[in-house]
Amino acid sequence: MKKNDVILQTVTKIVFFIILTFGVELFLAGHNSPGGGFIGGLVLSSAFVLLYLVYDIETVHRGTPFDFKRVAALGVLLAVGTGMLSIVFGEPFLTQTTWLVDLPVFGETELGTMTIFEAGVALTVLGVVVTIILGISEDVE
Amino acid sequence: MITVLLAIFLPFIAACLVPFIHKFLTGRRIGWFVITIPLFLFILLLRLVPSLSNGASYLYTFPWIPSAGVHFSTHLDGLSMIFALLITGIGSLVVLYSIYYLSEREAIGRFYTYLLLFMGAMLGVVLSDNLIVLYVFWELTSISSFLLIAFWYHRKQSRYGAKKSMLITVTGGVFMLVGFLMLYTITGTFNLQELIAMREVIAADSLFIPAMLLVLLGAFTKSAQFPFHIWLPDAMEAPTPVSAYLHSATMVKAGIYLVARFTPIFAGDATWFYVVSCVGLLTMLWGSVNAVKQTDLKALLAFSTVSQLGMIMSLLGIGSLAFASSESAQIALFTAATFAALFHLINHSTFKGALFMVVGILDHQLGTRNIKRLGGLATIMPITFTIALIGSFSMAGLPPFNGFLSKELFFEAMLSLKDANLLTMDSMVLLFPIVAWIGSIFTFIYCMIIVFQTFFGKVPPPMSGQRPAHEAPIQMLISPIVLGSLVVLIFFFPNLLGTYILGPAMNAVYPKFEGMTGLVPEIHVWHGWGVPIFMTIGLIVAGILLYRFLRYWKGIYRLGFLQWTLDRFYNAFLIRTERIASVVTKAYMTGSVRDYVAYIMLVFIALVGVGLLGFQQFIFDFSNDAPIEINEGIIIFVMMCSSVAILYAKSRIAAIVLNGVLGYSIAILFVVFRAPDLALTQIVVETVTTVLFLLCFYYLPEWKPEHKSISMRVRNGLIAIASGIAVTVVALLVQGHSIYPSISVYYETASRIAGGLNVVNTILGDFRAFDTMLEVLVLFIAGLGVYSLVKLRRKKGADHSEEK
Repeated sequence: MKKNDVILQTVTKIVFFIILTFGVELFLAGHNSPGGGFIGGLVLSSAFVLLYLVYDIETVHRGTPFDFKRVAALGVLLAVGTGMLSIVFGEPFLTQTTWLVDLPVFGETELGTMTIFEAGVALTVLGVVVTIILGISEDVE
Repeated sequence: MITVLLAIFLPFIAACLVPFIHKFLTGRRIGWFVITIPLFLFILLLRLVPSLSNGASYLYTFPWIPSAGVHFSTHLDGLSMIFALLITGIGSLVVLYSIYYLSEREAIGRFYTYLLLFMGAMLGVVLSDNLIVLYVFWELTSISSFLLIAFWYHRKQSRYGAKKSMLITVTGGVFMLVGFLMLYTITGTFNLQELIAMREVIAADSLFIPAMLLVLLGAFTKSAQFPFHIWLPDAMEAPTPVSAYLHSATMVKAGIYLVARFTPIFAGDATWFYVVSCVGLLTMLWGSVNAVKQTDLKALLAFSTVSQLGMIMSLLGIGSLAFASSESAQIALFTAATFAALFHLINHSTFKGALFMVVGILDHQLGTRNIKRLGGLATIMPITFTIALIGSFSMAGLPPFNGFLSKELFFEAMLSLKDANLLTMDSMVLLFPIVAWIGSIFTFIYCMIIVFQTFFGKVPPPMSGQRPAHEAPIQMLISPIVLGSLVVLIFFFPNLLGTYILGPAMNAVYPKFEGMTGLVPEIHVWHGWGVPIFMTIGLIVAGILLYRFLRYWKGIYRLGFLQWTLDRFYNAFLIRTERIASVVTKAYMTGSVRDYVAYIMLVFIALVGVGLLGFQQFIFDFSNDAPIEINEGIIIFVMMCSSVAILYAKSRIAAIVLNGVLGYSIAILFVVFRAPDLALTQIVVETVTTVLFLLCFYYLPEWKPEHKSISMRVRNGLIAIASGIAVTVVALLVQGHSIYPSISVYYETASRIAGGLNVVNTILGDFRAFDTMLEVLVLFIAGLGVYSLVKLRRKKGADHSEEK
């Protein structure tokens, strides 16, 4: 069906990035304030869901040329991989560490393997949610 | 130590590399890459042989799950060495053979991946010292052999054979695991060497016999002992190099290995002796009798493998008697049986490997393995014929081949039973030599069938499209020639094998008698005029007579108990199980979500309700509860209204909106109670699920007001009310009861320990990261499941390849 949704499309073009930024912010905030991998991933995927709702699937595919199944797989790999990494250093499975690093722009920042683990969670959530929604909606056509 | 670790992990690493390398090394070249692995390992292991024969052994332990007593420990001793050498040695020859056997159109990369996986798993079985590690590798051999047998998965027969072998060996393996756990409860250790040291403790325990029988069950299923042998003939659906490898040289011998390995723990007990030797002898007889009636050469070899494995097994049973005797003369008599078993193990691998390769060559050159369509090939394929002759005559136990030596030792061991006056031996054991002799006659007959019916007589008229017979290319013949030469070489220099290879293995099986003279008997090619040699002469005479008049007495296979095959029981069992499962499944899988929710709720009510009524301790403690504020009351009122309103919604949109109201109200409640993380999650989840709901609209039929019967409404209403009450009661009880101290104190220090200020996330990511990781994994698997379900549903009707 053909619809005139110029307003929605124009808004989405801007809002999409706001949501993405918000998702990343939520994800990074996770360790000290509300947020984290799961919520971050969900917010990121809701951005993509919005995109898919407003534009047709073909257009979005051209803009985001990656397979969300692979994104999910990458997420699982990251989450398991950080766990395995601790074994290499002789620590029990899934041991996380943090370092305080003085970065040029951000100042004193906490860097930790935790973030990678959470990134894995976020990517898996993003990949799975978008895959399911795409799977169902593609089937409709 | 490094050799052992390399031996276990190198094949796995190579297996992971093959799919990538295969892109560059196409066709046969990938085989030349693969062959380096077993060859390299074989040479590495061979270098350790001298030090092992001097009494050394290599133990290496790496803590894996120390709290559960599971260590990744490996142990290389004489017994492991025999098997490791066979796996890598025969493995190299099989790979060499397969390079020319498999056509380039086959999925060669996949083939070698599976083969290397199998090799690594097999090496893991024989080299691990920890029972749990052994079990893991043990089941890995089942899985990788499943993949290998089903290599030509488009054939129904291959799938059937693969499934059968997997079902039987894995079932046995699980029982074996239970046996291992019993041993752990007795001794508190999983380490084999410690278990052997504690054999008195184990023997005194009441779990001794159950543990023994369970371990034996694992060994018998893997080694295709009667009545579990039925999977082995069907496993012959695999490509011939695989058959030569798995089912003559390696996999089926894992059971033999297990029995030999556990001999120092269990032997000395009458049950062990009777079970192992009787099952072994029965298998030997049954296998050899059944082999004679086969017309497919590969099936014939399969039954002969069953029979030969039974023979080795029975020898190990007799060998265990040494633990029960005290006189050194008797000990020497019985240890000789184990020596014969190990010796025959090596001999069997050489001649059976060669025979399988010969059959593969026949199949490859002529396109048939049916004896009735073969004949007169001796002059056309002289080299193949020579190898077949060597292999078969060795299997029949004729000089000058290695099978003769081990068969004489076999007879000697059987006869030694009459000298045994221990374990309250009854006269039944006097039957043993007779059964062994009859089994050997049938062995002789089917060996003659292989040689004479295939290579002599008339050449049958070629079938349409059959290629004219000619000798195989020399590259394909190298491996069987090597094995055939070994058959002859071992006959002339058996004692070399005895001192260097078998000696250390005997020490491993008999740690109690280590260093005793006579543990490694001198093998003589001519051992004097004794009963064994007369038995041999007798069996040759009887065998030749029976073979000459085969067509007159072959009719007996059509009558009596020889007709009923155990396969029928297996098939009937499978069909019956499937039918029952489908009836049960159809009874509750109605396809209606409403029913499933009802089932879940009913189970929940039953569990919680019965649990609560059982405790009878309804203590409601409201004293510590905070007062309910007016705004909280309003939110809850909204929630109640919306949930009741869903029931009366007139359209789907209204229902979903109301559901959304419910969800967002919960989120607001979380905010009120200062749980921002939960509130955030709730809001996002609510949003995404609403989108999902809307998408699903496309599938749903028109919204129609439902007219359900009163009884249905009452039933649903009762379930709903009951589950509501159950949840409420549980929630209220939780306040009043505190059996355990609160765990929240532990997390007060979370920010210090984990470095994060958000306690929810530190729990998710640090304290309970394992949960989170697995949840992510579950989410991923579920996502893929949903995706493939949706995709497959669309393809339905187009692809019916599975039903063919």
